[in-house]
Amino acid sequence: MTEPQHGDRTHSPGASLYPIGFAAGIACVLVGLIINPMVIVPIGAAIAVVCGFLWAREATTDFRGEPVAAVEPERGGPGESTAAPAIPADRGEAAMPEPGERFPRNRFLEGATLGLGAVIGGLVTVPAVGFMIVPAFKGQGYPKVDLGPLENFTEGKWFVTKFFMHPEAGEVSHRTAYIRNNGLLNGEPSFTIISNRCAHLGCPVQPNGPVQDNQTKDVDLPKGQKVTMIPTIPAGGYGCPCHGGQYDVEGNRVSGPPVRALDRYEFAIVDGHLVLGTPYSVSHVKGEGKDALIYKYKLTGPGEHVDGWEQILYPLQPPH
Amino acid sequence: MATATRTKKSARRRQLEAAINYPIDWLEERSGLIGGLKYFLFRKVPGDTGWWHTLGSATLTAFLVQALTGVILAMYYKPDPQNAYQSIQHITNDLTLGWLVRGMHKWGASVFIILMFFHMARVFLFGAYKYPRELNWIIGVTLLAVGMLEGFTGYLLPWDQTAYWATVVGINLNGTAPFLGPFLADFLRGGGEIGSETLARFYSMHMLLIPGLIFALIGLHLYLVIRLGVSSPPWSREAAGSDYDADQPATNGRSGLTQPAARSGWRRNGGDDV
Repeated sequence: MTEPQHGDRTHSPGASLYPIGFAAGIACVLVGLIINPMVIVPIGAAIAVVCGFLWAREATTDFRGEPVAAVEPERGGPGESTAAPAIPADRGEAAMPEPGERFPRNRFLEGATLGLGAVIGGLVTVPAVGFMIVPAFKGQGYPKVDLGPLENFTEGKWFVTKFFMHPEAGEVSHRTAYIRNNGLLNGEPSFTIISNRCAHLGCPVQPNGPVQDNQTKDVDLPKGQKVTMIPTIPAGGYGCPCHGGQYDVEGNRVSGPPVRALDRYEFAIVDGHLVLGTPYSVSHVKGEGKDALIYKYKLTGPGEHVDGWEQILYPLQPPH
Repeated sequence: MATATRTKKSARRRQLEAAINYPIDWLEERSGLIGGLKYFLFRKVPGDTGWWHTLGSATLTAFLVQALTGVILAMYYKPDPQNAYQSIQHITNDLTLGWLVRGMHKWGASVFIILMFFHMARVFLFGAYKYPRELNWIIGVTLLAVGMLEGFTGYLLPWDQTAYWATVVGINLNGTAPFLGPFLADFLRGGGEIGSETLARFYSMHMLLIPGLIFALIGLHLYLVIRLGVSSPPWSREAAGSDYDADQPATNGRSGLTQPAARSGWRRNGGDDV
């Protein structure tokens, strides 16, 4: 074939925004499932349905034979710009549409086959991919963890406190916090509860000071919970073994790669027991013990800034 | 084949040849697979290729070793937090030849990655990524990334302290990517914290999702190697990958295509002689 081929390209559909709108709608649905299923999902679904309908309408204008404005190339002529010039060679003319026919059957069948295939593929793929992604973002949150009677926490002393976040899940849910009973503040108990998760990349920080293993105390509690308390004197604060991040005794970053202070846990006193609540992130702490002023933020992953200009890099958090 | 030169063959030999050829011919007639295999194996390559050009197939071999040993390790490995570590100890210490197959898989992983880099260096230094092979370079870089993802997901499976904390750090590293990082980390963990879901998820990715992707990409990679031909070294007087053709001496690198169709395709689009 040596004829010039310049005119050949025009058959491909012109640029359309509907597929993009459709994709945006689907993205909106997926994001909405995480953020706000009641409001955002219907909006996304509406966008997807409308754009999908318009897209399908636009894509099938050929088949439906509606006259289309200037975008569509002229039909007929020597080029015969249908997409199936290969058919006639060995098949004879029977299947070949008359030039300019408005409803060529083979093109309808092509479209139907591809379209049905796409629908079936989508019906299978969308739930499967959804199942892969969505459960990771649902049903999260932190349980209330009973850490035992208040009397176990001697006032003014630090304890390496190990517990199970989910006793039924076993060893994999083992967590550690550094806990100090600060005594009473305005007549109510005050605790400093620092997470051992390094604010750099999540390794377990260690106390920079003696850990009195010989005074380890195990506390058995209902529902399979086992709390292990080891007195410690973190005189030099905390240090991370992985990349050398250093913190002071209140969890403020002193040196190394961490981007903020150590996370802390909320707490409550229930029936004379210390109960651990939701963890939260901390940019820094002023003061010490019960007089500490804690700059508190929603829990974020290690290595993410919560203050300063860098916080704009992490505008959205998955629901924790 | 010696048959052409031999004037007279013993009846026994003819019988033997017929017996060997029959199933081959049967298969070829019905599938064309034998011809396809010959086309794949007995391609023309430039005369001055050498050991440097074997790095790609060495990498492929390393990957096939990983695939084979991995499939067999999967018969004994138990991907849940209570049993994973013990099952690996069992493979290494108790099962016959388990130490060897696990060792092949463990060390072979590093060999695979190292060979990928060597292969990449060869392609880069020989300029073999240039037209018309850019796409194959891109596929190769994708293979490198996916191969390293395979290493990352496999590292967790022994479920010991090193595996656990290295994965904690690796996932949190992903989590610090701007904007979508926190979501990526949750996706990798299968939740907010590393747990049994993480192990099962990494196992699935390590043995099903990523190897499938690697096989597909290797298929594309080889297809393009066959279609475009092996490039000759920079010091070669042959144009890259061309069949030697006295009537049409290669004058520039661009004509170095094994496939006449591909060459004319370029000519037509370039429009210089048609």
